[in-house]
Amino acid sequence: MSALRPYFALMRRDFKLALRRRAELLMPLAFAVLVILLFSIALGGSATRLAPVAAPVIWVTVLLAGFLSLESMFRPDVEDGTLDQWLAGPVSIIGLMVSKALAHWLLFGLGLTAATPVLAMLLKLPVELLPMLLLALAIGSFGATQIGLIAAALTARLRRSGILLAIIVLPLYLPLLIFGSGAVDAVRLGDSPRAALLLLAAQTLLLTTLAAPAAAAGLRIGSDNPP
Amino acid sequence: MNPLLRWFHQLGSPPYFHAFATRWMPLAGYCALALTALGLYLGFVVAPADYLQGESYRIIFIHVPSAWMSMFIYALMALNGAIALVWRIKLSEILFLCCAPIGAMFTAVTLITGMLWGKPTWGTYWAWDARLTSELVLLFLYFGVIGLASAYEDSRQGARAAAVLALVGVVNLPIIHFSVKWWNTLHQGDTVKLIGKSSIHPSMLWPLLIMATAAKLYFVFALLLRARGMLLEQERAKHWVKESLGSRP
Amino acid sequence: MSPLSPTTPAPVLLCSHELVCERDSEPLFAPLHFALGRGDLVVLEGVNGSGKTTLLRALLGLNPLRATRLEFLGRDVLGERHPLRAGTLMLGHLLGLKGDLTVRENLEFALALADEPAAADPDALFAELGLAGYEHTPARALSAGQRKRAALARLAASLRPLWLLDEPFANLDAPGIALVERLLARHRARGGGAIVSSHGLSTIAGASAVIRLEHPH
Repeated sequence: MSALRPYFALMRRDFKLALRRRAELLMPLAFAVLVILLFSIALGGSATRLAPVAAPVIWVTVLLAGFLSLESMFRPDVEDGTLDQWLAGPVSIIGLMVSKALAHWLLFGLGLTAATPVLAMLLKLPVELLPMLLLALAIGSFGATQIGLIAAALTARLRRSGILLAIIVLPLYLPLLIFGSGAVDAVRLGDSPRAALLLLAAQTLLLTTLAAPAAAAGLRIGSDNPP
Repeated sequence: MNPLLRWFHQLGSPPYFHAFATRWMPLAGYCALALTALGLYLGFVVAPADYLQGESYRIIFIHVPSAWMSMFIYALMALNGAIALVWRIKLSEILFLCCAPIGAMFTAVTLITGMLWGKPTWGTYWAWDARLTSELVLLFLYFGVIGLASAYEDSRQGARAAAVLALVGVVNLPIIHFSVKWWNTLHQGDTVKLIGKSSIHPSMLWPLLIMATAAKLYFVFALLLRARGMLLEQERAKHWVKESLGSRP
Repeated sequence: MSPLSPTTPAPVLLCSHELVCERDSEPLFAPLHFALGRGDLVVLEGVNGSGKTTLLRALLGLNPLRATRLEFLGRDVLGERHPLRAGTLMLGHLLGLKGDLTVRENLEFALALADEPAAADPDALFAELGLAGYEHTPARALSAGQRKRAALARLAASLRPLWLLDEPFANLDAPGIALVERLLARHRARGGGAIVSSHGLSTIAGASAVIRLEHPH
């Protein structure tokens, strides 16, 4: 029996659950398109006004859309007693957090990133910026997932509060946004995106090391008040 | 046991802390008041007008100490949070919770004084310069800690959850600062620096340091005041509270 | 206690001395002492709110707990609960069933996430539980009694020596109650032990001992 069996099992389980609620899986994407629609309408729809803001708007939209999926990261497991089973069991919670983050990123982070060409087309993004945007979003969304993991774990046992989650998460997104959109900007200006990309990767790496232990600690808080 | 360690241990006991706070609070408060008066006098009346900015620069005597406090308190808050998480000391949890609103207040003062300074200096109340942007983010970091702690019904659980958040925040705070500065140099170019490139004239340095000390003393006063109140509230069923407050209901 | 040779399975599964749980810094019940041996069934009795659920959860570290001694299979677990968690199965009020997963998938993932080996013969297992034909039904489509049975699959498939069951007879009809008693009897015959909480049903067949949670005076 492989030592990694529980961690892969959690990922498989989360994939199965997500695919059985396909509507919920597609909601962040629908939200992203909706936000882009609002921006396009407000800006008049012409390429001259959309193209300059396309990359930043896509960045903010992807971050906001990803944030929507955080509410349901741990809440169902808290409510049906599954989380208690994990806390009462011998499997490492930190390891489970790594699995959780990975599964969530593959489903939502990478998923949204894969939909970026569609968003780029809607906002008339200059085509030469697309590859860098995709790369930056892939890395940045991984970092954002880590931040989301911590925030979701700290609020898992609370009554639903999207605003609190937003206040916690959005300030922490800022470096990812700055470095990520900075990389795309560098390409736009003809500069080297290397510095920005390295900073983005470094920040993502730092968040990854912090997130699983912080989330595990967060989930243990409140276990003495079962729902 | 090392006497300093012993003192810390003693301080963690609620009745001892209550006595400690009651004793030192007025002293801290009066000293803060006195130093503030002195600092404001030296800064607003005695110090000469600035070569470039005229009289409007004087707001730095409030703005800069507030900015320093906003960051110092966040770090201190995170430290208390770490102690609360590792050792579960009730007093650390209370100190942690009480730091947050005071820190938020200093951050707000920094932002408001920054805006008041911006009007005569840049011609506008707000500019996305590195300092103001960072302070705005810091304000939200404080709001997150305060909001998370109060969302929990059990205040001890709330304090621990918010402590985790504060630790994540304190690690990311330097990165946020750096990223905003980096962004600022790329986009905003050279705005007028809030403090001139030339080294600060002594007549401006002294008021600054005095105000910074006053701010620290005010923080001690406010922290002791809040912490003492929160401690009394949490321990209200206990014996020592009834004894020390007398038999009044 | 005389020293045991390495090949003898320790007769005492779980023992504790001066065990207390607290809520709001107040003790919930008078200090407990108990020793649960292999094959023993201890019934935890007490009125609602007396701390039965809290105690069971506290043993596994979900709630805080104070004791002068807590040992599992002769090993001290007071500071580090991991050995106890590795040898215990807990069934709480909330069943830990995912509504969108089928009965069979729920069992598969519950075992995997508890690091237990997969069920050897799932079909026979579900037949014994009275869920034959429902293995591929999503848990949300089951009745309350069926859901309880689906949760009991975890018991039937578990190899853990210690069971902590919180109100296992709730939501069950007479055949269901008989099923739980059968699972318990089989578990005890294999050398396992169980602490079962129940309010009122102290006539659980063949209980070795009853622990009453008394209010501390």
